[in-house]
This record gives sequence, structure tokens and C-alpha cells, in this order.
Amino acid sequence: MEAISFEPIWLTAKLAFVTTAILFAAGLPLAYWLAFSRWRHKFVVEALVAMPLVLPPSVLGFYLLLAFSPQYFLGGFLERHFDLRLVFSFPGLVIGSAIFSLPFMVHPLKSGLASLPPSLAEASYTLGKSSAGTFFRVLLPNIKQSLVAGIVLTFAHTVGEFGVVLMIGGNIPGKTRVASIAIYDEVEALRYGNANAYAMILFAITFAVLLVVYRLNRPMVKVS
Amino acid sequence: MDIRIGAEKNSVSALFGKSGAGKTTLLRMIAGLDKPDRGNITVDGETWFDSTRNIHLSPQERGVGFVFQDYALFSNMTVLENLKYAAGKNNGPWVKRLVEAVGLGDVQSRKPVALSGGEKQRTAVARALARKPTLLLMDEPLSALDGEARSELQDELLSIFREFSLTTIMVTHELSEVFKMASKVFILEFGRIARDGKPVEVFSEQNLAGQFRFVGELAAIEKQDIVFIVSVIVGNTIVKVMATADEVESLGVGDKVILISKAFNPLIMKPARGLPIYP
Repeated sequence: MEAISFEPIWLTAKLAFVTTAILFAAGLPLAYWLAFSRWRHKFVVEALVAMPLVLPPSVLGFYLLLAFSPQYFLGGFLERHFDLRLVFSFPGLVIGSAIFSLPFMVHPLKSGLASLPPSLAEASYTLGKSSAGTFFRVLLPNIKQSLVAGIVLTFAHTVGEFGVVLMIGGNIPGKTRVASIAIYDEVEALRYGNANAYAMILFAITFAVLLVVYRLNRPMVKVS
Repeated sequence: MDIRIGAEKNSVSALFGKSGAGKTTLLRMIAGLDKPDRGNITVDGETWFDSTRNIHLSPQERGVGFVFQDYALFSNMTVLENLKYAAGKNNGPWVKRLVEAVGLGDVQSRKPVALSGGEKQRTAVARALARKPTLLLMDEPLSALDGEARSELQDELLSIFREFSLTTIMVTHELSEVFKMASKVFILEFGRIARDGKPVEVFSEQNLAGQFRFVGELAAIEKQDIVFIVSVIVGNTIVKVMATADEVESLGVGDKVILISKAFNPLIMKPARGLPIYP
């Protein structure tokens, strides 16, 4: 058995962390809007956000491939003006993962926010606090479990990303050859030992993450 | 809703009525949490809402303190932190004074989940006062308490109102609370003010000839020689009344009954210190 490289593991971790961080920052305002807006056409946005749950990964991967490809408008624009090639690159993977894991961050956050009693925010407003202040000091701290759920689900979903990454990643070692692709690769090459090594490491890491998260999330109510 | 009310400074006004009459909605409109279709709201010379001039101050801009029926305490903060959050920059000696005024010194480092109903209530009141509001609005503030706890808190609130010279509007459906705490009452029925005035004046019509009139539930009927002793649950007490065979004939355990008696010459006295109000 050849010695396996740890690069794919490192890439997977990097991709998962970066994607989760971006989705947390972008998902919060979106979740807030979805939870509280009363726009009549909100359902359109809700459907769009939920698309990655039902859309075959290869469909998204295919359209991203077209979008990023320099032959077409967006890809060409990015290459000419920013010297940025998103196809077959790590940044491209980040964008693809972010789009694909969006509902895994937004849904728990939205549910959490929507389940808070309205009187909570209203009380804060009667105390003279702004919507933003209320959001960060009252609402967010009271949906800790939803925050954890969103982060964990997004992280785990990104680690498991395969279809989209396969389409737009290109399997470039050190750049886009994440663990899930590496496993596939090793199996194709009949190097089952290596495949198993990657698989077990991924399993162990994700299980450890979940263990820590669920341990932290244990209810801590002391009644004296 | 078609309502016109006015409250005097440094007084307690009660909004009284059955559930659904619109009391909470009215309170919320005064606070700026809901918007009336038409009308105007002026407090201490300041216009908070005027539909003709398109003025609608947000809750943040109005000087209200609001005590919600579910208290709406921030469970991620301790009692002290709830008050400090409310007080903003003024979070030093003033907050200390508040904590003492409502008697929460012992529990100030606890989070709402570890508080009793009365403690939550007092935290909610203290928090509403933290910004030194022009107007204090309370939505059924004592509905989660019963008997003695309720009575004690009513006394505490009265002394707090005096100490801080507050103008208060309070929603309640407890008659005794209106009498004990308010100097003026507005009776709401189906979105309208049906009556308003001093509590004594507004409610006295129901007791024309100096009668006691209680609604209760029949708990037991015991025969003693030729009379019957009927036990009736009235409010939180059991009253035993003598009844004849005729009176008892049509009654059964569990029936809703009315007890009527002339009330001209009862005994009136203050409960002695240390003795419970209820026997």
C-alpha cells in the first residue's frame, strides 16, 4: 500500500471551515429576513433556498461549470477583470459548496428565530434598543441550539460533498482533490487500502466533531 | 375599536374587561407595538401617534415601560443583567436601587429559569422601570400569581408606584385588583369603552341594596338533624351555609350556585399581624 497523502483531509477540512464560516455570516441575515418578513412573495425565496435539498448535485455542478467556464459570460468576465478562474480551483469549490449547503445553515437558523416568542424582541424595543442590538444581544443568544445545529449540519454536509466537487473541481491534487474525491479515486484505481484509510479518518473526524457538539449542547439546568 | 381614554399623571388607571375585549391591543398601541388605523395618542404633551399628520413614533422613541403578560424576560441573562441591559448607560447605583426596591437582592445573579413566578414578575417590573419611563404599561401583570403572593405583590407595586411617581395603565380582569390598585377604571367591551370612572362608582350598581352576592360551586351537602349544611367553594375559601330541605332538593354536588345575603351589618376588621388572611 502506498503511503497516503494527508492533503485531501486537509483540503476537506479547509473547505468545510471556510464554507461554514461564509454561510454563517451570509445565512444569518437571510434567516432573519425569512423568519420575520411578511412580503407576499417570500415563498419564492424560500423555494430557492430549499432547492439544494432536492436538486441533483450534478445539475448544480453542471450549471456552475458553465457559469465559471471562461468560454461563457461570467467566467470570461472574471478572468478578464480579476484574473480569477473559478473552474478547477479551490475558490470555485467554496462557492459551489456554499450554494449547495445553504439550506443546511439557513433552515435551522430560521426555525430558531421564528420560534422565539415575539414578546422577547418587543420587550427589547420598549427598552429603547434597536433591531440590530436586539438581534445580537437578545435573539441570537437565545437560539444557541439552532446556531449549533446550523453550523454542524453545514460542516458535515460540506465534508460529504461529492457531486458538485466532482463536476467543477477537476480532482487536482493539493487544490481540489478533497477527501470524498480521493476515496473515489483510490477505489477506481483498486487501491482499497488507501481508500479505507481516507474513509476511516473522515469517519473518525466527523464523529469526533459531532460528539463534541452534542456534549456541549447538553442542557445545563441546575435547580437548587 | 373605537376608544377614547385619558390617564392622569401619577395615577394608576385600570383597563378592565373580559378576554378578547381589546385591552391588550389598546395597551400595545399605546406602546407603539401595534398601529391604530385612525386616531391620536398624546402623552405628557408629546404626540406619539397622529394619523392625520402621519406621526407614528416607534416603541424605542416612546418613553414607555411595558410589563408583558409572559414577562418576556431574557433567559440568556441574569436578573441583574436584564436590568443593566435595560438601564443602558445608567447601570450603576440606579440599578442597585431598582433591585432593592423590588426585593430581588437575593436572586439577582439567577437566570429567569431559576426564578419563581413572583420573582419573575418583579424582575419584569424592575426592568420596565429601568429607563425611568413616562408611562408604565402592565398587561395582566399578576395573572400568574394567586392568593397571598398576589396580594403581597400588589402592595409592593403600590409602594413602587408612589416611590417613583409613575403614571400607570394596567390591564386586569380581576375586580379586586381594580379596587385595590386603581384610582380610575375603564371598562372595555367589544372594542369600546362601556363605562369609566372611579372603581367604587363604576361597579357599585351591582350591589344595590347592600347585599353580599357570591357565585360558587357546591362542594358538599351534609344533613344535621332537620337542617342541611351546604359547603360552597367561593373563590379560594369554603363557606358553610345552612339550608332547608326545600332549598337543597334541587341542588347537587358540583352545581354552580349563588349565595345572597343582606350585608348591612357584617364585622369589618384588619387581619391581625402574623395571622393568615384565610382561615
